[in-house]
Amino acid sequence: MAHAHHPGAADVVIVLDEQAVFSFAALCRASGADAAQLQALVDEGLLLPTGAGPADWQFTGPALLRARRALRLVHELQLGLQGAAVVLDLLAEIDALRAGQRRP
Amino acid sequence: MDFKDYYATLGVAHTAPQDDIKRAYRKLARKYHPDVSKEPNAEARFKEVAEAHEALIDPERRAAYDAVVKRHASGQQFEAPAGWDSGFEFSGPGGGDGQSADFSDFFSSLFGRGGGGGGRRGASPRPAQGSDHHARLTIDLQDSFRGAQRTMSLRMPSVDAQGNATMQERQLEVNIPPGVREGQQLRLQGQGGPGRGGAPAGDLYLELAFAPHPLFRVDGRDLSFDLPISPWEAALGATVTSPTPDGPVQLGIPVGSTQGRKLRLKGRGLPGKPAGDLYAVLRIALPAANTDAEKAAYQALANAYPDHNPRATLEA
Repeated sequence: MAHAHHPGAADVVIVLDEQAVFSFAALCRASGADAAQLQALVDEGLLLPTGAGPADWQFTGPALLRARRALRLVHELQLGLQGAAVVLDLLAEIDALRAGQRRP
Repeated sequence: MDFKDYYATLGVAHTAPQDDIKRAYRKLARKYHPDVSKEPNAEARFKEVAEAHEALIDPERRAAYDAVVKRHASGQQFEAPAGWDSGFEFSGPGGGDGQSADFSDFFSSLFGRGGGGGGRRGASPRPAQGSDHHARLTIDLQDSFRGAQRTMSLRMPSVDAQGNATMQERQLEVNIPPGVREGQQLRLQGQGGPGRGGAPAGDLYLELAFAPHPLFRVDGRDLSFDLPISPWEAALGATVTSPTPDGPVQLGIPVGSTQGRKLRLKGRGLPGKPAGDLYAVLRIALPAANTDAEKAAYQALANAYPDHNPRATLEA
């Protein structure tokens, strides 16, 4: 499955689960957000890193999707961070309800 | 190259003021935003709407587009004029998060890649790691069970020898490891944008979604499904054949089971450490009483339960 640009690299697949860990800088890079945007997500309680401050912060794999979703909602629907946080919480609730629901 | 009618996409007139364009975009964005919408093709529709908005909300771009519309209406084949890019400096917000990289060839031939993005500045001698890319991948539940190999086609901007950015389609084989869950992401190292000056390529992040399964509902690692049983199987107990994503198994229905009872099949959910569980939710299927014998059977049941009152809880 070698590719012209990246020969043989497609085999390296990493699942970003709860065991995967991002530093603050790595999460910035992977999410395409700048440090101030991510800092705002942490301040808003949307992301919950472990560690004392930005230099020690550690995020788990699912934080990447959460960060990207929040930023998409902010940019594409022009929501505030607090609004995006509410939407994410409601979406999680809908998912949980749907999982328990009987199919028609 | 296909001509795009941005006004039709947003459902506004060619003469619509900027405020109407903004309003139409916001309404459609709420409806089709892929994080929020359950509409079919939400992602594709949202992309079209976002592209139309990006083209029309900026007055300079809109004027340029209107000029193309006029020529298109007069029957000329659409061709981006040579040097079109260099004649226009667009001051509007250029989809700074790289979103415009997703826009159509029609859009990029008119307005460039947007955002003053890396490509058009020409090949830089300074080594730089390639950019990270993101995409969504919808897989079947079964793919998470056994692992799977999926071929996906990706459109990525790439820079040619002259330093021009073009969209290139490429096929990528993705190995999906067993046990992945909905909403998880995969990182494919080195499958993002190519690096410059010998620096490594960026990574590709794939956001996983499950296609709806006709039987099994997914909750994290756990799965559930409705298992229809007859009233006598519920009352007397039985062993029935039950589906699992791994194939049918024999399942014991305990004596005295009630509607909605959940039977846990431990470890038969999505694989992992620990594996998830599978829940069979009992649904009692009442047979119809059509023949005389069937009616007599229900009558015999009624006779056997003279004191049974299913509405006892309503008589407080």
